[in-house]
Amino acid sequence: MSEQDQPKHVADENKTETPATRSPENPAPATPAPETAAPGPKTPGEDAAAATALDTAGGAMQPSAVPVSAQSGIVPGGADTLVRRIFTGSGIVSVLAVLLALILGGLLIASTDKQVGATASYLFARPSDFFSAVWNAATRSYVALFQGSVFNPRGSSVAVQFAPLMETLTIATPLITAGLGVALAFRAGLFNIGAQGQIIMAGILAAWVGFALHLPLGLHLLLVLIAGIVGGALWGGLVGLLKARTGAHEVILTIMFNYIALYFLRYLLNTPAFQRPGESNPISPILDPSAVYPQILGTQYRLHLGFLLAIAATVFVWWLLNRSTVGFEFRAVGANPKAALTAGINVPRATVLVMAIAGALAGMSGVAQVAGTEKVLTDGVAATYGFDAITVALLGRSTPWGTFAAGLLFGAFRAGAVQMQIQTGTPIDIVLVVQSLIVLFIAAPPLVRALFGLNPRKKKAATAGKSKKAAITGGAA
Amino acid sequence: MVRVLKLELRGITKRFGSLIANDHIDVVVEPGQIHCLLGENGAGKSTLMNVLYGLYEPSEGEILVDGKAVTFRGPGDAMAAGIGMVHQHFMLVPVFTVAENVALGAETTKAGGFLNLDDTRRKIKEISDKYGFDVDPDALIEDLPVGVQQRVEIIKALVRDAKVLILDEPTAVLTPQDTDELLDIMRQLKSNGTSIVFISHKLREVKAVSDTITVIRRGKVVGTADPGASTTELASMMVGRAVNLTLDKAPAKPQETTFQVKDLTVIAPTGQHVVDGISFDIARGEILAVAGVQGNGQTELTEAILGLQERCHGSILLDGEELLGHSVKEVLRAGVGFVPEDRTVDGLIGTFSIAENLVLDLYDQAPYAKGISMSPARILENAKSRIDEFDVRTPSGALAAGTLSGGNQQKVVMARELSRPLRLFIASQPTRGVDVGSIEFLHKRIVAERDQGTPVMIVSTELDEVIELADRIAVLYKGKLVGIVPAGTGRDVLGLMMAGLSPESAHADTAHPGSAHPGSASAGSAHPGSAHTPVQTSTSGAEGGDHE
Ligand SMILES: Nc1ncnc2c1ncn2[C@@H]1O[C@H](COP(=O)(O)OP(=O)(O)OP(=O)(O)O)[C@@H](O)[C@H]1O
Ligand SMILES: [Mg+2]
Repeated sequence: MSEQDQPKHVADENKTETPATRSPENPAPATPAPETAAPGPKTPGEDAAAATALDTAGGAMQPSAVPVSAQSGIVPGGADTLVRRIFTGSGIVSVLAVLLALILGGLLIASTDKQVGATASYLFARPSDFFSAVWNAATRSYVALFQGSVFNPRGSSVAVQFAPLMETLTIATPLITAGLGVALAFRAGLFNIGAQGQIIMAGILAAWVGFALHLPLGLHLLLVLIAGIVGGALWGGLVGLLKARTGAHEVILTIMFNYIALYFLRYLLNTPAFQRPGESNPISPILDPSAVYPQILGTQYRLHLGFLLAIAATVFVWWLLNRSTVGFEFRAVGANPKAALTAGINVPRATVLVMAIAGALAGMSGVAQVAGTEKVLTDGVAATYGFDAITVALLGRSTPWGTFAAGLLFGAFRAGAVQMQIQTGTPIDIVLVVQSLIVLFIAAPPLVRALFGLNPRKKKAATAGKSKKAAITGGAA
Repeated sequence: MVRVLKLELRGITKRFGSLIANDHIDVVVEPGQIHCLLGENGAGKSTLMNVLYGLYEPSEGEILVDGKAVTFRGPGDAMAAGIGMVHQHFMLVPVFTVAENVALGAETTKAGGFLNLDDTRRKIKEISDKYGFDVDPDALIEDLPVGVQQRVEIIKALVRDAKVLILDEPTAVLTPQDTDELLDIMRQLKSNGTSIVFISHKLREVKAVSDTITVIRRGKVVGTADPGASTTELASMMVGRAVNLTLDKAPAKPQETTFQVKDLTVIAPTGQHVVDGISFDIARGEILAVAGVQGNGQTELTEAILGLQERCHGSILLDGEELLGHSVKEVLRAGVGFVPEDRTVDGLIGTFSIAENLVLDLYDQAPYAKGISMSPARILENAKSRIDEFDVRTPSGALAAGTLSGGNQQKVVMARELSRPLRLFIASQPTRGVDVGSIEFLHKRIVAERDQGTPVMIVSTELDEVIELADRIAVLYKGKLVGIVPAGTGRDVLGLMMAGLSPESAHADTAHPGSAHPGSASAGSAHPGSAHTPVQTSTSGAEGGDHE
C-alpha cells in the first residue's frame, strides 16, 4: 500500500517472515513469526511451538492447529480450504480481531450518544469537544461492560464486587463446552453446526432423569450428567454415522438435526411426560434438588459445578488432541484424509467417533443449562449457545484453550451487556454487533493484519537497525 | 519483435527462522539460455525459484531484470516482468478446459460481460502449432495425460509473454517419452529467445539440454559446471563427495516364496478392469521390479495389496495368509511396508511435524503409544535417529513436514516404512525427486532390506531404477502382466514389453531390428517362441519353497 511510493530497489533485511508462500491457489499471506524459531525438544503435538509463540499471544493460547510455518505452505493434499484457514489461522489475528471489533463497537456506541451528537454540531469550531465526547461515550459503555462482567468497584463487599465475574463464568460454561465440540470436530475436518441440536437432546434426557427419577444424592446428579452426555453423543454420533455410511454432508445433516431436536423438544413439552402438571405453558417440572449442580462458591452466586467440568473438558480435549492416538487420528483425518487412509487409519470410524465426542461435549452444555442455571426444561434450553459455540470455536482457532478463552470472552460480553444497558443506556445489541464484527475480522485475516501493519511483507524485525535500507521501507502501515 | 530478457539474481538470501535456505546466491540467466540448477535435496533450489517468481520475498539481495532492480510482491509482478513458472504440482482446474485454464486470471470479456475465450483459443493454437504441442484448447484438463497438462502450464506462461521460464523438476512426473519431448520443446523455446531455468535431479537430462550449470550446495553457489562434464563429475560436485552412480549389489539369494498374488483383478469405479488377472510371486531375499508406463495398473496393484481398493478378486497371500479383504491397518500390521507413489497426497501430512509423519502408521504401537496415550518424547527421539540415518535435511523434527524440500519429504516416507521389521516391502517411485547421492543411499537400503530376507516389490516408471534394483522384472500393460523377465534383460526388450509385446515377441523383435515398432506392435504372440534368453512367465526361480 503506502509502500508503493518507497524506492523500489530496496530489499529489506531481517524479515520476520515465515514462509510466505503465496501460491496462486493459496493467496493468503503468511503469518508473522519471530525470527528465532529455535529448534529444541518440542512435543510434536505443538509443532514448532517456539515459532508459534507470537501466534499464540505469548503462550496464552494453544498453538494453532497448523504450525505457523505451514499455514500457507504449498502442501497439496492438505485440506487447505478457506474454511479451514479461517478456523485454524493464527491466534494473534483473533486477538486483533477482538480489539478491532471493540474499537468499531465503541464508535458505534458513540454515534448514538447524545453528547456526541451535540458536540458534532460545532465539530469544526471545537473538535476537541467532539473527540472527548466520543471517547467518553465509548469508554463509559465499556467500563460499564467491564463492571458488569468482571469487577464492580461499587459493590458493598468483595463478594458483591466479584459477582459479575461469577456471572461471566456461569454464562461461559455452556459456551466453552459446546465450543469445544465444534472445535474438536473441526480439527477432524468436520464442520459441526449441530451443537444447538446436541444441547437440546442432552437437555431433554438430562432433565427427564432429573425430574422424573428420584434417586439418592450424588447418584442422581451423576445419572443426569451421563444422560446428557449420552444424549449429545448419540445425536452427534448419528450425524457421523450417516456421513461415514452414506457420504451425506455434515453441514446439511447437523442443520436438519437441529430442527428435528427443537421440534421434538416442543412436542415433548406438550406431552404429560414432560409438561409440568397444572401448567399450560411448555415447561417441565423443576429438577429434583439431588439432580442439580451444586453452587461451587456458595449460594450467592449462580456459578455451579458445570464450570469446573468445563475446565476438565478443556484439559481432556487438549489431551485427546495432543497426546492420544485417537486425537492423532482425528487430526490426521482432518489434515489429509488420503494419507490417513494409507496409514491405516479407519476414517469412517474416526468420523463417527469425533462426532460422538463433539456431541458429548455439547451435551455437557445441555446439562449445564438444565442442571446448572435453569433447573427446568423449556424450549429455550439451548438459547443460542449452540450457534455462539461456532463463533467461540472460530475465535479460539479450534484449539482447546483458545476456545476456553473465547468462551470466557463471550460470557463476559453477555454478562456485561445487561449492566451496560442499565448504566449507560447502550443497547444490548451492541454486543451482538461486536461479536459479529469479530467473526467478520477473523474471516479476513489479511485485512486485520493490514490494519495493524502486521503484513509479513512489511513487518520489520526488531534487530533491523543495522540496515538503513530496512529503515526506508520500514515505515509502511 | 522478440523481446529478450537478462535476469540477474544478486546476493539472494532467504532465511526461514534460523535456517538459511539461500545464502547470498548470485546467478545470471543470459537471454536464450537454458540454465540448470543442480543441487542436493534441500540445497535451496526451489526456494530460490520461489523468490524469483515472487512467491517468497528474499531476506536479502536483489533481482535485476535487464539490469534494473525489481521487487516482486507476488507471482503477478513476476509474470508482468516476463517470468513464468511451471510448478511440479500443476495449478490447473481439472474441470475447466485448456482455454479456460489459460485464460484464468487474465480473462477478457466481450460486451455484456461474457467471457471472451476466442482470443485465448487463437493464442493457444498459435503457440501449440509453433512448438508442436498438439494441445486442443477445448479439451478438459482432467482428460489429459500428465505430459499434456504440463504443456498447458507452459502455454499458460507463454501466453503471458514469459521470457524466462522456470521449470522446477518438470520431468519427475513424466514418462521417458514425455521427457524427451519436453527437452525438445525446451530447445525450441530457447531458439526463440526464451531463457529457461531448469531444475532436475536426472543428470542425463541436465547434460542434454543445459548451456550453463550452476551447482548449489547447502544454500550456497559452489560453482558452475560445464554440461560436457561427466555425470560422475556433476554428481560429486553437487554432493561434495564421490558418488557411486551404479549400485553394486550382490546377486540375489532368493529363499522360500512368501508372497503370492493369484489372479488378482481390480475393478475401477468405472467398471474397467484396471488390474486384470495378474499372478506373480516374490521370494524372500528377492526384488521384483514392476515396470510399465504410468497408468497401466501399477498404482491399483499396489493399492490392492495394501487394502485400499474396494473391488478386487483373486488372492494375495503373505506367509500363507490372505491379505485381500483385510483393512489397511491389518495389512500394515502383518508387516507390509508401503511407500505410495505420490508422497504429498498419500504419504505425508504436510501440516504434521516431521516426527509425527515418521510414525504416521505406527502411532498407536509401542513404544510410541501405551494404550491410547502417546509419548511425544519417544516420537521425537525416533525422529532424531531417522533424520540422522536418512540424512533428512532439516533443523528439527518438530517442524512441519510441509517445510521440507521435495526430496527430503520422500526420504521421510522411506525412513518411516523401512524403520520396522518387515515381511514385505512395497515401494512406488521410491526415489522420485531424490538427489543422486540420496538415491545411492536409498537403493542401498532397499537392497539391505532384501538381504535381510524381505520380499521386495518396487514399482517404478524409471527404467534406470528398475534395471538397477531388480532381480526380476515384471512388466504391466493395460492392467495385464505382459511377462516377467530376468534382471539382465535389455532395455529394448523391456521397452517393447512396456508397449504390450509379450517377452517372446519382444525378444524376437529386438533380434530382427526394424521388423516392428512399439507403436505399431500389437500385443499378442505374433512371433511365438523365439526367445533368445530364457524367459520366465509369472513363476519365480525359487518356487516350491515351503511357506511358514
Ligand atoms: N516454508 C518453509 N519453511 C521452513 N523451511 C523451509 C521452507 N521451505 C523450504 N525450507 C527449507 O529450506 C531448505 C531448502 O528447501 P528447497 O525446497 O529450496 O530445496 P530444494 O533444493 O528444492 O530441494 P529438492 O531437490 O529436495 O526439491 C530445506 O532445508 C527446507 O527444509
Ligand atoms: Mg525442490
